[in-house]
Amino acid sequence: MIEFKKVGKTFKDGFEALKNINLHVHKGELLTLIGPSGCGKTTTMMMINRLLEPTSGEIHVNGKNIKDQNPVDLRRNIGYVIQQIGLFPHMTIEENVALVPKLKKWSKDKYMKRVDELLKLVGLEPEVFKKRYPSELSGGQQQRIGVIRALAAEPPVVLMDEPFSALDPISREQLQDELVTLQDNIQKTIVFVTHDMDEALKIADRIAIMQGGEIIQLDTPDQILRHPKNTFVEEFIGEERLNKHSNGKTAESLMFERIATVKANRGLAEALQVMKETTVNSLMVTNRDGELEGVLYLHDLEQHYPDETKKVIDIMTSVKTKVAIDTPYAEVAEIFAKENPATIPVLDNGRLVGLITRSSMMRGLAGMKQQSEERV
Amino acid sequence: MDWGDFIDTVRDDWPEILIAVQEHLYLSFISILIGILISVPAGIIISRLKKIAEFVIGITAVFQTIPSLALFGFLLPVLGIGTTPAIIALTVYALLPILRNTYTGIIGVDESLIQAGKGMGMTSNQILWKIELPLALPIIMAGIRTATVLTIGVATLATFIAAGGLGDIIYRGLSTINNELVLAGAIPAALLAILFDAILRGIEKMVTPKGLK
Repeated sequence: MIEFKKVGKTFKDGFEALKNINLHVHKGELLTLIGPSGCGKTTTMMMINRLLEPTSGEIHVNGKNIKDQNPVDLRRNIGYVIQQIGLFPHMTIEENVALVPKLKKWSKDKYMKRVDELLKLVGLEPEVFKKRYPSELSGGQQQRIGVIRALAAEPPVVLMDEPFSALDPISREQLQDELVTLQDNIQKTIVFVTHDMDEALKIADRIAIMQGGEIIQLDTPDQILRHPKNTFVEEFIGEERLNKHSNGKTAESLMFERIATVKANRGLAEALQVMKETTVNSLMVTNRDGELEGVLYLHDLEQHYPDETKKVIDIMTSVKTKVAIDTPYAEVAEIFAKENPATIPVLDNGRLVGLITRSSMMRGLAGMKQQSEERV
Repeated sequence: MDWGDFIDTVRDDWPEILIAVQEHLYLSFISILIGILISVPAGIIISRLKKIAEFVIGITAVFQTIPSLALFGFLLPVLGIGTTPAIIALTVYALLPILRNTYTGIIGVDESLIQAGKGMGMTSNQILWKIELPLALPIIMAGIRTATVLTIGVATLATFIAAGGLGDIIYRGLSTINNELVLAGAIPAALLAILFDAILRGIEKMVTPKGLK
């Protein structure tokens, strides 16, 4: 759909922004260009709608060399979403969305229908929002309009230049989710520039990682996580994400959270009661702050039960094996293999937050929901 | 000074005052109109050629610093006396505020909006007419307002090159040491300035795009 053939770009000041780029964006895919600032990702994008002209090489969109096309006509067939949103403040939402269809001389009926259709697509009620001005909308709503404005004239190609990076984290997540759903329906060819790896991994069909004007690696998110091409890519993805991905999961996703606990200073009768209620044969013992003190086993409890002076703290066993919440799966598996514990408590800054059993680990690995309670 | 005398003077000279007001408005309007016709397009052009913008605005600023009476004097040997040189002098005064505001208004339009418009396939003409001018209009109008008030004031000096206007009455009053007559010229001049300032402020509000209020 979009093809870069040996494209280079050197700016007037001598800065070589792009070196001999070859890139093929397939029809209907969402490709993200990602890299540190100055890597050439925005330059690459801006050459697709001829906001910048390449110094060397050719770019073809839909099989045609864009150099032979009128830039204005070309741009009207390529949607464009920018980071600053760029809604025209003196135009209503309706006027903003209908702008390109009007430029393309659509009939009024046709573009009015289209505006309603698009507003509904992003969950904004047309009757409520059509006549409003951009300043009356929240940032997230504004960028929703920015996105549908780009889609208004049904362009086969859409360019998005860090469209969500100026939004607050919650709106950003929402818009990313919506974009993924939207793309499932509309199947446009989207080139999406971002510097946020999480965003790229979440939305992209393929990711092109750029550095110094070159594409270092171009592959699916999965392949990039599994086989980062070099140390730059590894660093760019970040060690944490690599661990998370290649090893599957961390302790957090392997544990179950609703655990039976008892406070260290309680009496034995009470502990027995809790065990009966929850039908478990061991209880995690915590202090007032929720920090793990030890574990109480049923057989110890039964043995000491007649002594009414004893408290939980006197007969509990200390816990040697425990893991932090961000411990990777590999380590957890290692502990089960070597020490064969029945359970591994998971701590977050000393506080007990969950337990891993062999079965909860299996469920976590399979991506299944943890059961609300575990019988151990 | 006696208000009774003043009212008598106004009553007696009413036809002359009316004619002077008409002349005054004529001088001011034509000058501002020409000023707008020159400055707005010039402002648009220099907003495209930022390198020469400072230079062009600088020239009009120099004109502005010439004392108004002196400017009429300068033009006298070149253009003689009468309405035409007066209009030229007044136009020169109207240039700067309109030019400067047109320029600032247009370059003040958020760069990302221009980028968005361009990226969506608007031609530079469409960007000018649909984005830049509507958004710059309140600022351009403010410039026109400043120019109007200024011109109505300076136009009282047109009498010195025989171009008429309320200056005639003021000057006549001054030379005959007739305070009432001076006021009969000065008060209408001040009222005109205030009136047009108010009217233009109304227009300024009207042209401010709804989404920006």
